Amino acid sequence: MSAHGSSAQPLARFAVSPARRRRDLFARTAILSATVLALIPLVLIVYYLLRKGLGSWSTSFFTTDPTGNTFFKNSNIGGIKSAILGTLEIVALASAMAIPIGICVAIWLVEYGRNSRFAHTVRFAVDVLTGVPSIVFGLFIYIALVVGTGSTYAGYKGSCALALLMLPVVIRSAEVILLLVPSGLRESALALGAPRWRVIFSIVLPTALPGMLTGVLLAVARAGGETAPLLFTAGATLRTNFNLDQFTNSLPVQIYSDVTSPTTSVEHRAWGAALTLVSIILLLNVIARLASRRSRLG
Amino acid sequence: MEAASVPGGGRSVLGRSPLARLPDRVLRYGLTALAAAILALIAYFFVRLVGQAGPAFEKFGVLGFTFGSEWNVNAEHFGALPLLVGTLITAGLALLIGVPVAVAAAIYATELCPARLRAPLTLLVELLAAVPSVVYGLWGIFVLAPKLQPAEQWLASKLSFVPFIGGGLVTIPNYFITGLVLAIMILPIVSAISREVMATVPADHKEAALGLGATRWEMIRTAVLPFSRSGIVGGAMLGLGRALGETIAVTILIGNAPKLSSHLFEQGYSLAAVIANEFGEAQGLHRNALFAAGLVLFVLTLLVNGVARGLVLRAARGRLVHGTGDGGDAGARLAETVAGA
Repeated sequence: MSAHGSSAQPLARFAVSPARRRRDLFARTAILSATVLALIPLVLIVYYLLRKGLGSWSTSFFTTDPTGNTFFKNSNIGGIKSAILGTLEIVALASAMAIPIGICVAIWLVEYGRNSRFAHTVRFAVDVLTGVPSIVFGLFIYIALVVGTGSTYAGYKGSCALALLMLPVVIRSAEVILLLVPSGLRESALALGAPRWRVIFSIVLPTALPGMLTGVLLAVARAGGETAPLLFTAGATLRTNFNLDQFTNSLPVQIYSDVTSPTTSVEHRAWGAALTLVSIILLLNVIARLASRRSRLG
Repeated sequence: MEAASVPGGGRSVLGRSPLARLPDRVLRYGLTALAAAILALIAYFFVRLVGQAGPAFEKFGVLGFTFGSEWNVNAEHFGALPLLVGTLITAGLALLIGVPVAVAAAIYATELCPARLRAPLTLLVELLAAVPSVVYGLWGIFVLAPKLQPAEQWLASKLSFVPFIGGGLVTIPNYFITGLVLAIMILPIVSAISREVMATVPADHKEAALGLGATRWEMIRTAVLPFSRSGIVGGAMLGLGRALGETIAVTILIGNAPKLSSHLFEQGYSLAAVIANEFGEAQGLHRNALFAAGLVLFVLTLLVNGVARGLVLRAARGRLVHGTGDGGDAGARLAETVAGA
């Protein structure tokens, strides 16, 4: 690159040969086109979601429950009210379980467990949970809460399955943030005579919370889009339901049953519901990113 | 100085009364118990899963079930080979298609891209991870699969002499389309890990390569790629773990036909899909067989993820130890990416 100018002549033997230059150009073009290729699916998905989904959005789409009449093309198939509310209920309960437990375990790992063998075992277990396929979480909860209890599916069981799924994400992201809290802060508080629990509650947690928010929101967003753990735990139903002890509908399960339905008249509802679900999840992602920008721990 | 003298009770002012020490104890033991409860919970789930799968393994044998080639619900005969093969083929295809694209996107973002484009590009690739699996299934079956079917049919008839690819009728749901959608789904995770690993390559190495007269591509090939190889392989394996366990998109796209298909554009089944599709109506031995399929899937993903994490974390830790400044930071970010994955 610096082989230009007045000294070009003596440096000519260092110049890049045409063959190498061609190879460089070829490789860079290939890399650029692969990158463009990677972005195409996102563009296509967003395009089709908007084109097919917006058409089915209407006030009644959000304010009526789905009906079972899907056989005839002209029959009223209803909206997705029960699915939206069900998703909000199930995910809220799952978050209420997974977030406090996850943060507590992360605090234990950072403040007490540290590098003990037991802490490494717990970290390993959390890693195992991270890799478990989502359908297997559904099986776990089915085994624990449905088999042999004489009861059937219920919304809170779906919440338990989603909470299991969120737990490793919350723990590992909270742990990373807690490790970023400068140990000087902890030591100063301890030196001033504060007991351990006050150090944790008054110094460590307030410092780490904004940063933790990002991981927590991403975990919530991930849980909100999951279908597989809900199939055999929360079940599928049509009615809006505020009692999580009964079958509870959810957006992903509604979309899944519409997609796999043998009748084509519900395809529009599936697109509308998918656009709704993606909008909610994108919103959570945007908030998560804004939160991470505001965090002092970065 | 005066405060150091011992006031009544013979207790040092530096000590706390037992009552004041109580919250510390409660917190410490409470949190430890919670951590132990997580271990217990996982052990409990695993034991119960083995218990529920037991009858199927007893009837057909562990190997007989896992590698039995017939899955016939009506005859109550359950062999998981068609499912296992479907899982492996689709996940393998996903790697084949997804990893080169993901790594290329990572190279572009870290080495070639104008600095101003880097953040938006990263964000866009990561947004792919935010799309729920059921939406991939919806888009795949209603848009992608019908649009690609003529192309697939053309390929199948042109390559009719190639075993496993050519010949036969192309169905809309098939192995190939499933693998393609899975490739899109694992793109963000493989790309994110590759990007973080490449960010840990010391600037010295890159500058040395450029200083010796290497072109950009030669610098990438000689300095960046060798240094990040184990991390990229680890990222690809994490993607493989994802692809193996992916359920809903696969259930929608693979066609759910319990047979060993002879070529790429036919319908098949996968371990995860069989559970999602049949569990609702399953009774007795059928249900046990589905739990057994879940167990096989669980063990498979456990192995793959274990190796993957080992590789990536070793790469991250190596950077943390001898990385200075920039390298150390990048290593920490890499560990964070893996943690969130």
